[in-house]
Amino acid sequence: MVEGSFADATLRVFRGDKQGGTPADYRVPLVPGMVVLDALHSIQSHQAPDLAVRWNCKAGKCGSCSAEVNGRPRLTCKTRMDALPLDQPITIFPMKAFPVIKDLVTDVSWNFRVNQKIPPFQPRPGTEWKMDQRDVNRVQEFRKCIECFLCQDVCHVLRDHGKLEQFGGPRFFVRTASLEMHPLDGASRAQVLKNELGIGLCNITKCCTEVCPEDIHITDNAIIPLKERVVDEFYDPLLMLVRKIRSAKKPRPGGEGHGI
Amino acid sequence: MNSNYEVHEHDVLIIGAGGAGLRAAIEALAQGVRVGVVCKSLLGKAHTVMAEGGIAASMANVDTSDDWRAHFRDTMRGGKFLNNWRMAQLHAQEAPERVRELEQWGALFDRTDNGDILQRAFGGHTYKRLCHVGDRTGLEMIRTLQDRGVHLGIDVYMECTITRLLQDGDRIAGAFGYWREQGRFVVFRAKSVIICTGGIGKAWKITSNSWEYTGDGMALAYDAGAELMDMEFVQFHPTGMVWPPGVQGILVTEAVRGEGGVLRNKNGERFMERYDPKKLELSTRDVVARSIYTEVREGRGTEHGGAFLDISHKPADYVKRKLPSMYHQFLELADVDITKGPMEVGPTCHYMMGGIHVDAETAQTSIPGLFAAGEAAVGLHGANRLGGNSLSDLLVFGRRAGLAAADYAKGNALPQIDSSQIEEAAQQMLAPFERPDGDSPYVIHDDLQSVMQSLVGIFRDEPDLRRALSELDALKARAARVRVEGSRLFNPGWHLAWDLRSMLTVAEAVTRSAAARRESRGAHSRIDYPALDDAWGKKHNVVVKKAGTMTLVETPVLEMPDGLKQLLAEDSGTK
Ligand SMILES: Cc1cc2nc3c(=O)[nH]c(=O)nc-3n(C[C@H](O)[C@H](O)[C@H](O)COP(=O)(O)OP(=O)(O)OC[C@H]3O[C@@H](n4cnc5c(N)ncnc54)[C@H](O)[C@@H]3O)c2cc1C
Ligand code: SF4
Ligand code: SF4
Ligand code: FES
Repeated sequence: MVEGSFADATLRVFRGDKQGGTPADYRVPLVPGMVVLDALHSIQSHQAPDLAVRWNCKAGKCGSCSAEVNGRPRLTCKTRMDALPLDQPITIFPMKAFPVIKDLVTDVSWNFRVNQKIPPFQPRPGTEWKMDQRDVNRVQEFRKCIECFLCQDVCHVLRDHGKLEQFGGPRFFVRTASLEMHPLDGASRAQVLKNELGIGLCNITKCCTEVCPEDIHITDNAIIPLKERVVDEFYDPLLMLVRKIRSAKKPRPGGEGHGI
Repeated sequence: MNSNYEVHEHDVLIIGAGGAGLRAAIEALAQGVRVGVVCKSLLGKAHTVMAEGGIAASMANVDTSDDWRAHFRDTMRGGKFLNNWRMAQLHAQEAPERVRELEQWGALFDRTDNGDILQRAFGGHTYKRLCHVGDRTGLEMIRTLQDRGVHLGIDVYMECTITRLLQDGDRIAGAFGYWREQGRFVVFRAKSVIICTGGIGKAWKITSNSWEYTGDGMALAYDAGAELMDMEFVQFHPTGMVWPPGVQGILVTEAVRGEGGVLRNKNGERFMERYDPKKLELSTRDVVARSIYTEVREGRGTEHGGAFLDISHKPADYVKRKLPSMYHQFLELADVDITKGPMEVGPTCHYMMGGIHVDAETAQTSIPGLFAAGEAAVGLHGANRLGGNSLSDLLVFGRRAGLAAADYAKGNALPQIDSSQIEEAAQQMLAPFERPDGDSPYVIHDDLQSVMQSLVGIFRDEPDLRRALSELDALKARAARVRVEGSRLFNPGWHLAWDLRSMLTVAEAVTRSAAARRESRGAHSRIDYPALDDAWGKKHNVVVKKAGTMTLVETPVLEMPDGLKQLLAEDSGTK
């Protein structure tokens, strides 16, 4: 922490587009409580009016302002300047896992296409719309996701190996978990998890969990239980059924299938 | 029509992908028409995602005496009877069903011990009425709608800004816009268009609103000849953050007070006892905002010019469970642990009660084929909106707009668009690049925000409003000569240059309407006319474009049927 000893800071911001680019240095006067996004806005207003940055809520709620600050994937609206070493330039680069459009703005449209592969919520027939808060808690953890895609950015399967065709990424395991563990959901997404989202490619490095600004325990609470479901469904369908029934608390009405 | 630009064709085109736009899209699609949705940000990032406290609907899960009548009564009283009574009635009657529908599409609300949807108290609501998910209700709502819409097959055009509505004579024919990413122009042809573009807060300096809230939809509709109404009614939310400077204006949800939070001034006095001894912190927003403002003005404010809001008397784990994002917001951005000490809060420009004038049943504007819903439309909230009544508004009237726009599209052929409209729209967008000199859009925006903040804020008077109008004239002249640097590739300066026009249009409409209304009612407080005036209680200000200039006309408040008048006269029961 540096308290008041620096009047300004230097931001080294990537400037460029899909053809390439270089970082440019900007000096920005410091204001108490300033976050990196404030500093970027100050550059926009006074030095580089065409600096491309995404943002909406400025309060960590919308997941728009993701970038790599000093090499770490972060929400720029929640990264305090006074928590960074200010005696050297702060580097701000776009998320590496996605193609650059311009400056800090990347093409994240792939994520929206992955989402379309996941079968939506499907209530069991004859559902009575009652739920216990304890069952809801577990799923609400996953539903906190603000789609900042920082976990996607950090996951080596996407970032280093570029397996965008075979792998859905941690965000969409979280999404699938929120549906699979919904107390009233009746569908099974094991096929999709295995074949379309390639959950087998995840080797549980937990990098995704570390960067999640919503503190979602992506690996422990979403990915590992989903991997178990896939194993159960493909190799032990009976156990799968038992688990689903247990997780739903109330037994599902008989005779209905696992159709996707 | 021949066009040099990319063209898309839909039956119904929806501008805006917040709660209203997405709910409209789902409904229109269910009618079997082709639907396109355009939005300025990525899908799922609209303002709706930021809503915290909850959705108001008289489910009566917690307070069993609640029903639509009580909700109707609260809404009308909160709005100081300027509300469109029919909208208030439809809203109160249909909100519970709209919430149940969300649940059936996968939304997971907090639960009661019986397993039903939990409801919390909020300002101006007689009963515990707000269905919620901790303090991230909007996120739950937008994800649910977005996933439903996408799986049903709406076409979404993300990061695309509409700059002009296209018409065939009077009738709506489509819209013109640009892709933010590449700066390319695009034309949408449609049989009907629904405007769901939200509010206008970015014209003020201290606001809870994001860069998107520049009043585009209202300005687009106004330019096309539609009526704007009740534009003087801008809601200042009583509790925004005041310190540190970078977070000034960011919302502190009313749920803090709903969960028992107490307001105090720097002397430790619970000042709401003086302003509204009955409802205290849960008085309506206009009252609480004015009270905090008055405390500060009279020298009883906190160090950074606000009031203290304290919830630390509740158990720490309760606070973290019911208000998790507030807990993190203050810890991370202001170094305050709200389970241990008070927050510093002050009013922030938050919500626009006024907007595009629509028919209550169908959400249709005065322009054939043009509809509007959500914060961009006017009617439900009157002179002051109750917390939680916006999210339910989006669902109830989003659905109605989707239904009516689909019907309209089925009954009408695709209109013609002459290419001169399109060429003119393109020319307007390109002009700022060609100017050798002129102000930067950021500087003009900053000046506009200062004018609106200091002259058209919570308390208003004649001299301030007159001055604001002349300042706005000067700003309009500067904006007409705004200069943009760089290329068309994702260029925020260029985007802002256009948004400025919308902000100036709505800022002028707000200021003119505020100058005309010589009384204080709801969110509109005139220092020079501090009382309610019955004559003004019977009329609205309407803003229309006549021969190119902004013109104000008065229109009567709709007369309520006797049965509903009776309802309003009844007591609202015990709390
Ligand atoms: C911080 C915060 C908390 C709130 N909490 C609550 C709450 O607890 N309960 C409640 O009832 N209300 C709450 N509100 C109010 C409520 O969230 C909003 O009024 C509501 O979400 C508006 O929804 P909408 O669908 O009308 O517009 P929005 O959700 O704002 O969506 C507007 C859409 O229009 C698009 N758009 C705008 N202009 C253009 C253009 N020119 N071209 C293309 N697209 C365009 C935008 O990109 C966006 O997609 C809150 C508001 C804020 C800011
Ligand atoms: S745990 Fe799996 S999903 Fe997460 S970063 Fe590692 S490999 Fe990727
Ligand atoms: S799971 Fe966490 S890191 Fe991943 S997108 Fe959601 S909020 Fe972001
Ligand atoms: S701007 Fe919304 S999360 Fe940062």
